[in-house]
Amino acid sequence: MSGAPLISVSNLEKTYLTRGRALVHALGGISLDVAAGELITIVGQSGCGKTTLMKILAGLIPRSSGAVSLRGRPVDGPSRDIGIVFQDPVLLPWRTVLANVLLPAEVLRLEGRAARARALALIELVALQGFEDKYPHELSGGMRQRVSIARALVHDPSLLLMDEPFGALDAMTREFMNVELLRIWRESGKTIVFITHSIPEAVFLADRVVVMSARPGRIQEIVRVDLPRPRDLDVMASDDFGIYARKIRHLFDAKAWLD
Amino acid sequence: MNGFLRDLIDDPVEAVRARPQLVLVPAVFVAGVALWEWAVRQWSVPAFIAPPPSAVWRSLVGGLRTGLYVEHFLVTLWEALAGFGIAAVSGIVLGALVAQSRLVERTVYPYLVALQTLPKIAIAPLIIVWAGFGLSSKVIIAALVAFFPVLVNVIVGLKTVEPAKIELMRSLRANRWQTFRLVTFPNALPFVFAGLDIAVVFSVLGAIVGEFVGAQQGLGNLILQFNVSLDIAGVFAVMILLAVLGIALHLVMQVIQRRVIFWAQPDEIIGL
Repeated sequence: MSGAPLISVSNLEKTYLTRGRALVHALGGISLDVAAGELITIVGQSGCGKTTLMKILAGLIPRSSGAVSLRGRPVDGPSRDIGIVFQDPVLLPWRTVLANVLLPAEVLRLEGRAARARALALIELVALQGFEDKYPHELSGGMRQRVSIARALVHDPSLLLMDEPFGALDAMTREFMNVELLRIWRESGKTIVFITHSIPEAVFLADRVVVMSARPGRIQEIVRVDLPRPRDLDVMASDDFGIYARKIRHLFDAKAWLD
Repeated sequence: MNGFLRDLIDDPVEAVRARPQLVLVPAVFVAGVALWEWAVRQWSVPAFIAPPPSAVWRSLVGGLRTGLYVEHFLVTLWEALAGFGIAAVSGIVLGALVAQSRLVERTVYPYLVALQTLPKIAIAPLIIVWAGFGLSSKVIIAALVAFFPVLVNVIVGLKTVEPAKIELMRSLRANRWQTFRLVTFPNALPFVFAGLDIAVVFSVLGAIVGEFVGAQQGLGNLILQFNVSLDIAGVFAVMILLAVLGIALHLVMQVIQRRVIFWAQPDEIIGL
């Protein structure tokens, strides 16, 4: 991976006023570069600001100070070059799977036939072929989340931001989805920033794990994961995996979790 | 219904056991009517207090055959539908404006609340004075009565969109019209239909009230005529027709609702 980073964050700070007029220092001095094609995970306990960081990267909330740029250009609002997957799939229940996947193409007024072909290819990529005409209420949680991933890719963004997308799924579906995500990442070549609570998930997916501490949110350490790819679930039983997971776990002390 | 009829042929006992109300409801009706007929004859109840069902039936059949009831039925139906149409369109449009603009909401809302609490029925005589004895005054009253359920439900429906859906549209840089068209309005449809369902029945009510106050035609007008001539059997017959009108309109609404808001099916209330 050579060349300029896809995302560049420099001394990012975020403070905001709560309703009770208290000043919350959500993010303090975050600096991070993400190279094109990388898969990085951000792990930290609740309240450490990882969702705030993601929303600033997505252009959904403004930063207080510091610089955030995407492809060399400063981020000052939502970008067509970003696809977002939230924890809740947020599918429109009155639309079929295909129509849901096509939503960004409709809003961004992309060319009809090409968008449709891309949507169908993406539905196949997330292994939902045959379900194009089904409605969300006919799908399981895992399937809905896969539709959400296909939707996030239909307008061909270079960056995919994922905020605990598998958090609401049961443990086994979640593991399956992790493997699927690695396959989708491999086949699409996108850059992914993935937020999670789960240390094993963070290590399994990542090229690098960004470990955040809370109040204010800061990057404690960035751990490079040198496990060979392609990875399958068996890697989670390996010694190296355990060493990475333990190293990251030790970066959090018990007190921090219980705060 | 069709499922029940099929099951009835296959296995009558099981079919009835599974949905007893489809047998019980008609059975109670038949029993009630039989009891009423017997009671009237037994105690020689005067016809102007409680006519026997047989007399009501005769009046109903007679009026339908001569076309008298049909003519007045169609008048009331037209008044209700026209009033409903006006109420539905204006309720949706005004509701959309109020929900979309804080300024409009704050300006208009106090007036709307005041008008809502005013019994529209009290305005009926005034409308007759303004618009005359013809059908248009009834249409206006029906529209006034049906308007508020639509308006209130449209406003609530448009305002209760999940923030996550709005954020999704924002992340795609959607403009206000796109967000409204693709998310806010479809999301509001279950509420809108709840309002329309109430409104269609209210529009019949409004039409009847208008006919009571001053009319030359219509089922309400017919009731007044029968009242004056103490033809209570006729009054009952017309009331049956009114019930049929209300139920039919409600069922049509349900059918449309089931097709349009297929993703948010309300629980069956009547169980049909």
